[in-house]
Amino acid sequence: MNRPSFTPFQRVLHWLTAACVLAMLFIGVGMVSTITPKYLTLVSIHKPLGMAILVLMLIRWVVRLRRGAPPLPVDLPEPLKLAAHLSHYLLYILLLAMPLIGWGMLSAASYPVRVASGLYLPAILPQSEQLHAILWDAHFYLAFVLFALILLHIAAALFHLLVRKDGVFQTMAGSRSPPSP
Amino acid sequence: MPQSKSAPATGSLILIALLVGGVAALFAYTAGWLSPARITPNKVVDAFAPPSGPPLGHRRNHAKGICFTGVFESNGAGTELSRAQVFARGDYPALGRLNLGTPDANAADASVRVRGMGLQISAPGGEVWRTAMINAPIFAVSTPQAFYQLLLVSGSKDPKAMPTFAAEHPEIGGFVGWAKNGPWTGSYAEERFNSLDSFIFEDAKGTSRAVRWSFVPAAQPMNISPEELATRGPDFLEQEITERVRSGPVSWMLVVTVANPGDPTADPTRPWPQDRRTLEVGTLVVRQIEAERDGPCRDINFDPTVLPAGVKTSDDPFPAARSSAYAKSFDRRTAEAADYPRTAAGGAP
Repeated sequence: MNRPSFTPFQRVLHWLTAACVLAMLFIGVGMVSTITPKYLTLVSIHKPLGMAILVLMLIRWVVRLRRGAPPLPVDLPEPLKLAAHLSHYLLYILLLAMPLIGWGMLSAASYPVRVASGLYLPAILPQSEQLHAILWDAHFYLAFVLFALILLHIAAALFHLLVRKDGVFQTMAGSRSPPSP
Repeated sequence: MPQSKSAPATGSLILIALLVGGVAALFAYTAGWLSPARITPNKVVDAFAPPSGPPLGHRRNHAKGICFTGVFESNGAGTELSRAQVFARGDYPALGRLNLGTPDANAADASVRVRGMGLQISAPGGEVWRTAMINAPIFAVSTPQAFYQLLLVSGSKDPKAMPTFAAEHPEIGGFVGWAKNGPWTGSYAEERFNSLDSFIFEDAKGTSRAVRWSFVPAAQPMNISPEELATRGPDFLEQEITERVRSGPVSWMLVVTVANPGDPTADPTRPWPQDRRTLEVGTLVVRQIEAERDGPCRDINFDPTVLPAGVKTSDDPFPAARSSAYAKSFDRRTAEAADYPRTAAGGAP
């Protein structure tokens, strides 16, 4: 079980993203389901938190491309290896795409993209009802795809921890330092 | 799974299923899927639809309207109340929409009691102030929940539904009185448009004050009976404002009313006493009218919670409810652009 781990920085990034993204998904479905003043509070968190996730993901992409990930256990069946790789690619792509889609959607709708009092981001797309409609659909449906993927990710992580006991969970959760490169 | 599992593994699998299922259930609860009684923006927007169906491609309420552009000439007096840039003395681009409170995009102008103005004032640096106001001096009901009930009751075939609602919501009397006995005019330019909702102005020192505002017409209102208006063409308001602006700018004075401590800020059915302090802070000058179909207001959501720094929502629950419903209306109509095609090529302005 003495496997190489993710670096401490990678782990901090992962758990920070995990907390932000889970909060984000709950805030997202919560805000579109209510007409109470909570709506405004949730929207005012959703936008800056989305931008925070975008920044985190840009860092994660760079770190992942430079540092890679520990190899999966050699005895993991091939279909599960494939599923692990595909789901991680998809997570990385979706987590980067969702904030950009949201930002683009607000831009196409000509909403000011406010991330803090008096602080606005520029529009990244021209005003367009067609673009808005496409991006809105994408943001909405991909959010559920993302949530499903995250549930799968959690289930798989726990499967490694509790059933296979193969040390994969510890590569992200463990407190051991990684081997020096 | 490739190999058969022993008993401890089964226990682990059940634990995993419970954990993941629990997160999913919490998500479903948050989304409202387990709360059929929750009033959602979707339900509110659905409730606006007349029996003939919603106005595809148009706003779900205030569906008929015409665009205007002009300038907001701030006189600087508002800086005493709010640090918002638009109150600093100067001229700021204005974009808006004069409209009728109806879900019918083809309604005859004389048939609609409530007239409205959506307005966006832009400040340098990307900050905008949006507001959507109507000509009624007070709102119909005290809470968004009651407003949703009112929409359902209005669409109900039960003859007792409305009297029962009115008995349960006596605050509606003020609005009904205005609707029956209030003046009618023959021009958008003669209407006073009121925020109704209360907002908070924050000045440069950080002091907060509850306010409401109105755009008071420069034109002298001429009262005309609804019977007389009914003899005019179905689009007489749009034609009249187009001609009026062609012959010269049309303007409104922005008047801010400041609440005294204890004034009802959370309930737009309750007017504040007449002696409250008012401040004239600037003039909206409308210089050009454009049809909505290809006009610059078409794809603007006049969400009353799009506010500059220095203006905030108050304990009035309506702006939040309106924001959520306007967004839903916007999402739907932008997806239905094919049902309301532009005449000019080239898309958005």
